[in-house]
Amino acid sequence: MSCEGHLAERSIVEAINDCLHVELERDSSVMVLGEDVGRSGGVFRATAGLRDRFGPDRCFDTPLAEAGILGTAVGLCMAGWRPVCEMQYDAFSYPCLDQLITHVGRYRWRTGGKMEFPIVVRMPYGGGVRAPELHDDSPETYYVHTPGVKVAIPSTPADAKGILAAAIRDPDPVVVLEPKLHYRTSKGDVPDGEHVVPLGKARLAREGEDLTLVAYGSMVAVCEAAADALDDVSVDVLDIRSLKPLDEEALLVSAAKTGRVVIVQEAPRTCGFAAELAAILAEKAILDLRGPVLRVTGYDVPYPYWQIEDAYMPSAKRVIAAARRLLDF
Amino acid sequence: MAKVEQKGTLSKSDLREFFREMLLIRRFEEKVEERFRAGELPGFLHVAIGQEAVAVGVCRALEEGDIIASTHRAHGHTLAKGTTPNELMAELYGKMEGCSHGYGGSMHLYDIERGNMGANAVVGGGLPAITGAALSFKLRGEPRVGVAFFGDGATNIGTFHESLNLAQLWQVPAVFVCENNHWAESTPSWQHMPIEDISQRAVAYGMKAVKVDGQDVEAVYKAARRALEHARGGKGPVFLAVNTFRLVGHYIGDPQVYRSKEELEETRATQDPIEHLRTKLEMSADEVEEIDSEVKEIVEGAVEFAKNGTDPKPEDALKNIYA
Repeated sequence: MSCEGHLAERSIVEAINDCLHVELERDSSVMVLGEDVGRSGGVFRATAGLRDRFGPDRCFDTPLAEAGILGTAVGLCMAGWRPVCEMQYDAFSYPCLDQLITHVGRYRWRTGGKMEFPIVVRMPYGGGVRAPELHDDSPETYYVHTPGVKVAIPSTPADAKGILAAAIRDPDPVVVLEPKLHYRTSKGDVPDGEHVVPLGKARLAREGEDLTLVAYGSMVAVCEAAADALDDVSVDVLDIRSLKPLDEEALLVSAAKTGRVVIVQEAPRTCGFAAELAAILAEKAILDLRGPVLRVTGYDVPYPYWQIEDAYMPSAKRVIAAARRLLDF
Repeated sequence: MAKVEQKGTLSKSDLREFFREMLLIRRFEEKVEERFRAGELPGFLHVAIGQEAVAVGVCRALEEGDIIASTHRAHGHTLAKGTTPNELMAELYGKMEGCSHGYGGSMHLYDIERGNMGANAVVGGGLPAITGAALSFKLRGEPRVGVAFFGDGATNIGTFHESLNLAQLWQVPAVFVCENNHWAESTPSWQHMPIEDISQRAVAYGMKAVKVDGQDVEAVYKAARRALEHARGGKGPVFLAVNTFRLVGHYIGDPQVYRSKEELEETRATQDPIEHLRTKLEMSADEVEEIDSEVKEIVEGAVEFAKNGTDPKPEDALKNIYA
């Protein structure tokens, strides 16, 4: 659902900023809070201009207190607001994880559906930016594992805008992780004005016949690079983009078509989201598969410092190796 | 519930009404204990015996539209905020007729229509939400106040400090009611706090702090009334340091090996808020008996109501996770 009209080339972070401007204009109950989001416009400039345009009640700076930010948002929701909370970095969100697990995800259930929590928690996530540890994490699985919380990770500027808009309009809490590696480097056409990409729908980034590469966020670009290099192979690249709710059908349709699936995930390997996708394929697509479902992932270590981070990050080379192994199976 | 006089003065009949409500909470809690011991109610249940004056004094001082968040020791607050004994008992029995539809239980009692934003099994859980709700009242110019109940143990938790800092920073209309019963479960306050005067914690954030005797319902009511006026008047949040006493264990069945029998007996003999009020009102044995049999009947009725309630179906647990 996007409105007809003009497209503008924007980066991911520009698309996010554009989305926030549009949504705050559209709905006066939407507000933005977080560390440095007001006067400075956010460390990545995602909230630039909001405070000036909508005033200090609709976009305000908080102290460094992530549990307090999300805990306060709980009360704001109770009173009818739709808070959009920025966590400055992926790993800074862990103090707010407590609020998500113990409160936010449970209220609706506990109250028999009487309480609604249209909270958005958005954060830049992932590595590759030469940052120190705790500025590079891929924490999606913690959030996906929390009942009552939805999780989305866009990979393109248009989706970054549309998915954030869907999250803001959603009646449930949604965590949106934004690939900071591509915040400025990934550019694309983004519809002006209102633009919503519904949660629960995957995107087929590239269509092929022989092999499916599955990813989300910054790993989609890695899969596309691998698909380019596999010039003798026809590749489906499936961008999951909404981890919960998950578009199972898109995954199963692609697996049925190609019979070969490689799942790429930046997060540490064990119990990562790739394991969930692999389990779904094992349960529902076993007779369609021509070989084992393979995972290309990060490692079960804290995210390493910059000299060796390239060895940690799944690369096109590792994806190609997995693809060849599967094609030769 | 009948509203008492607005000026903060209490007539004898107001106080008699307070007495009735405190006794209702006491008899309710005793019944919960009895039904637990009879094997009808599973754990883990925390009763508010000894702290009735805090719940009643604060909740009676509230105005229409004010909201509260409670703790793991929530039955008293819940009844005082207007949830009926039937709905509360049904919740403890896990019935659909309960105030949380049988999904919350003792530590997750909600009554949104009556302004009860919930009990909370996580210590310190209610404070940030009350801060946020109060921020909303301020932003929208609504003359409402958010009240968070919590114990002395909660003042050691991060969300307590984040909430007090935010509330004072943003000057929101909130009242933080610290029920200092001197025990964090089985750990005495001298062992979990390096200071004696708990109100210093609020003072450290620049917040107005008021100390009050939590066993004197009239004192609690008056202090709460002033705190609420202060907050409602846009003068910022208030920390109410309420000195109170838990006359029972942390949970039903707690052997209290950490507490000396002498201390417990002395506290029970000297710090019973219901006994204090009875003495103050010079109530005769007959008067007390009349009220007592009335509230006992209400509590018996609540048990009957609860037992006859509807069990939730297992598949109902799959509902209401998402919209």
